[in-house]
Amino acid sequence: MISNVNDWLNDHGDYLYRFALARLRDPHLAEDAVQETMLSAIKSNSFEGNSSARTWLTGILKHKMIDLQRKQFREQSISDLIDLDATDTSMDDFFDQSGHWLDKPQTFNMPDNTLEQKQFLSVLDNCINKLPKKLKSIFMLRDVHETDNENICKELDISATNAWVMLYRARMGLRKCLELNWTGA
Amino acid sequence: MLTCKQASQLVSQSLDRPLSWSERVQLRFHLFICKACNRFKQQLNQLRIAIQQLKNETVHNQTIQLPTDAKTRILHAIEID
Ligand SMILES: [Zn+2]
Repeated sequence: MISNVNDWLNDHGDYLYRFALARLRDPHLAEDAVQETMLSAIKSNSFEGNSSARTWLTGILKHKMIDLQRKQFREQSISDLIDLDATDTSMDDFFDQSGHWLDKPQTFNMPDNTLEQKQFLSVLDNCINKLPKKLKSIFMLRDVHETDNENICKELDISATNAWVMLYRARMGLRKCLELNWTGA
Repeated sequence: MLTCKQASQLVSQSLDRPLSWSERVQLRFHLFICKACNRFKQQLNQLRIAIQQLKNETVHNQTIQLPTDAKTRILHAIEID
């Protein structure tokens, strides 16, 4: 049993880890996701020789990542309440009382070479990780895992309106963070 | 007439749900006259593209590997489970 896991980790561990990191943007969570996948894999006997072990493990991993995002979303509820009321649509930081932009959105200078691209993506990665955890998890589920809205509401146990508001806040925060931290090269 | 705040909410929601006919008309009209909200819409498009690039970059970056100590921790966790 344990030797199976050892083989899986040797053959597919890096691949699974990259797959998870790409969607969770957090090394600890990615490690947890791989671990949960291994635990689940040895407990189930569902692996049939007709699909590759990698495909099978990746399928398990996808479910484990959604579980982890849901857990993140729920765990943060108390601390997030202080700086984030999901039903608060005021967005005072961005608009004045009559609904005009306080700071008009700027055009991003999108990177036009490999080095700039690398820098740009690293700024984006930092911005994602600066989001309040709740917003990060819903944003990742929607825009990175590309889960549809109906399933997000089901997984997170929130209303559709709530989901739209939170996604709006997440995107609003991210674009602002990029504006502040990405000046182009 | 939509405010910029309302228009930006609709721009974001258009990524998550189909807008009603009247919302679409109002939003199109607002975007026709408002440069700032157009830029916001452009920013969200750029953000979407960048997110996909970030995802692909990580998936294909062979220098990212499951850390050795993580592997040890995982094997250990399974042994005691
Ligand atoms: Zn506007």
